[in-house]
Amino acid sequence: MSLRHKSCLFDTMFIRDHKKSQLVASNLLQPPPAKYGGRHTVTLIPGDGIGPELFSHVREVFRFSCVPVDFEVVQVNSALETEDDINNAITAIRRNGVALKGESLGVFTRYTFDPALHRCILFTSLDLYANVMHCQSLPGVQTRHKNIDIMIIRENTEGEYSSLEHESVSGVVESLKIITRNNSLRIAEYAFRLAREKGRRRVTAVHKANIMKLGDGLFLQCCREVASGYPDITFDSMIVDNTTMQLVSKPQQFDVMVMPNLYGNVVSNVCAGLVGGPGLVPGANYGRDYAVFETATRNTGKSIANKNIANPTALLLASCMMLDHLKLYDYATLIRNAVLTTMNETQLHTADIGGQGTTSEVVQSIMRIIQSKGQRTAEM
Amino acid sequence: MASNAWRSAVSTRNPQLFHNCFITCMVQDPTQFDILVMPNLYGDILSDLCAGLIGGLGVTPSGNIGTNGVAIFESVHGTAPDIAGKDMANPTALLLSAVMMLRHMGLHDHAKRIETACFDTIRDKKVLTGDLGGKSKCSEFTEAICQRVRDL
Repeated sequence: MSLRHKSCLFDTMFIRDHKKSQLVASNLLQPPPAKYGGRHTVTLIPGDGIGPELFSHVREVFRFSCVPVDFEVVQVNSALETEDDINNAITAIRRNGVALKGESLGVFTRYTFDPALHRCILFTSLDLYANVMHCQSLPGVQTRHKNIDIMIIRENTEGEYSSLEHESVSGVVESLKIITRNNSLRIAEYAFRLAREKGRRRVTAVHKANIMKLGDGLFLQCCREVASGYPDITFDSMIVDNTTMQLVSKPQQFDVMVMPNLYGNVVSNVCAGLVGGPGLVPGANYGRDYAVFETATRNTGKSIANKNIANPTALLLASCMMLDHLKLYDYATLIRNAVLTTMNETQLHTADIGGQGTTSEVVQSIMRIIQSKGQRTAEM
Repeated sequence: MASNAWRSAVSTRNPQLFHNCFITCMVQDPTQFDILVMPNLYGDILSDLCAGLIGGLGVTPSGNIGTNGVAIFESVHGTAPDIAGKDMANPTALLLSAVMMLRHMGLHDHAKRIETACFDTIRDKKVLTGDLGGKSKCSEFTEAICQRVRDL
């Protein structure tokens, strides 16, 4: 897609968005139309590594709790043979409106499958412009820093992930980082609306505008413009390298953070490490029409696949976020509380957070807690 | 030398360390890493991240090495105008950068003595500047290091 075409596309979308006042935060989106007979259909992309086994646990918990959600499974992983499969996944998500997604490994066969590129295609095709991660300290998990509660909003469709590179001279590669006014305003608006909705007091923009004066400078300027419309929320900015240093020394100072794509990747992973690791934190990708839920740090967990030691927390919490999005709040709360009780009170932990429990033991414990709440459940 | 060390560090411990996993691993257990090599932007971000992990910019040395051995060694903290001229600053970062410079010049014995004296003074915790939780002045901290160098 040429650069000009891309900018035209974004302009049109922003004008349409602006006219309809469609710049909405997460739970103001209407539930998708894939609902029949009181049951929702959700696209499930298991991926590779620990994805398939953990999603089978998610489905088990859903079935046990009688959650009115059916899954349409679409494979997008290293067994791909053609490009059609990623297009099938996109079509399925358009059809259902919501997806749960695992990560894929890269396998280079005669058809080169690059999961990072396919992720970019997924997010840009569906215009899932906001990646949201809520990073909270869990009382039951031992970490160096406590009382962390940070929301990270990452621009998900442009920046350093625009996939625009060329080698004009052999051995010299130029990569284009794209920052557009429309997308920067859009993500800043999303961040401030979410902050207001959640009762947050402060939004910090993370940037490197001292070096990338035009690119990150534009992003920062857009954030400032949006901030002026939210006088009840404090706005400040911080350079990305200082941000990572502050995060590892005093993470409690941060509230809501908004940033372009690459810095979002870095900051999300730092925060995931601070609260206990990639097995604990769910992530969500929101657009105007669609939403895709996954783990925050997007790891395949290849080395621990099929050993019954992976931590199901992140994907279970992601599926609860999905249930909230579908307005199935009671089921979301039920499962989320069971997961957090297992983590914090029962203290049944998997190996990644220093425990001895297996994945199935943790899931069984969660289902027992759900059963004890007196809700209608299926057979265990 | 660095490239061979990198190959052995990366290949024996983590043959394929994707960006995502690496940063989370670094935050959770930085001791598993030895030498890291990376392009400019990631280096900028990660050097500050690692400085935060070891105690901040006040104790982090650095060097910029060019071809033909031309090099500039510097601390990576800022000018700190709020404490300038007040005998409050922590000289560790600049001192350890000077130690790197001595090593670069081949003066390993001098480098070792000063570095040992500096680490021992910090480990001792009797004379520390404000950023490390102490109440001593910059000159007192420096004098303590000099004393240890004399004794070594």
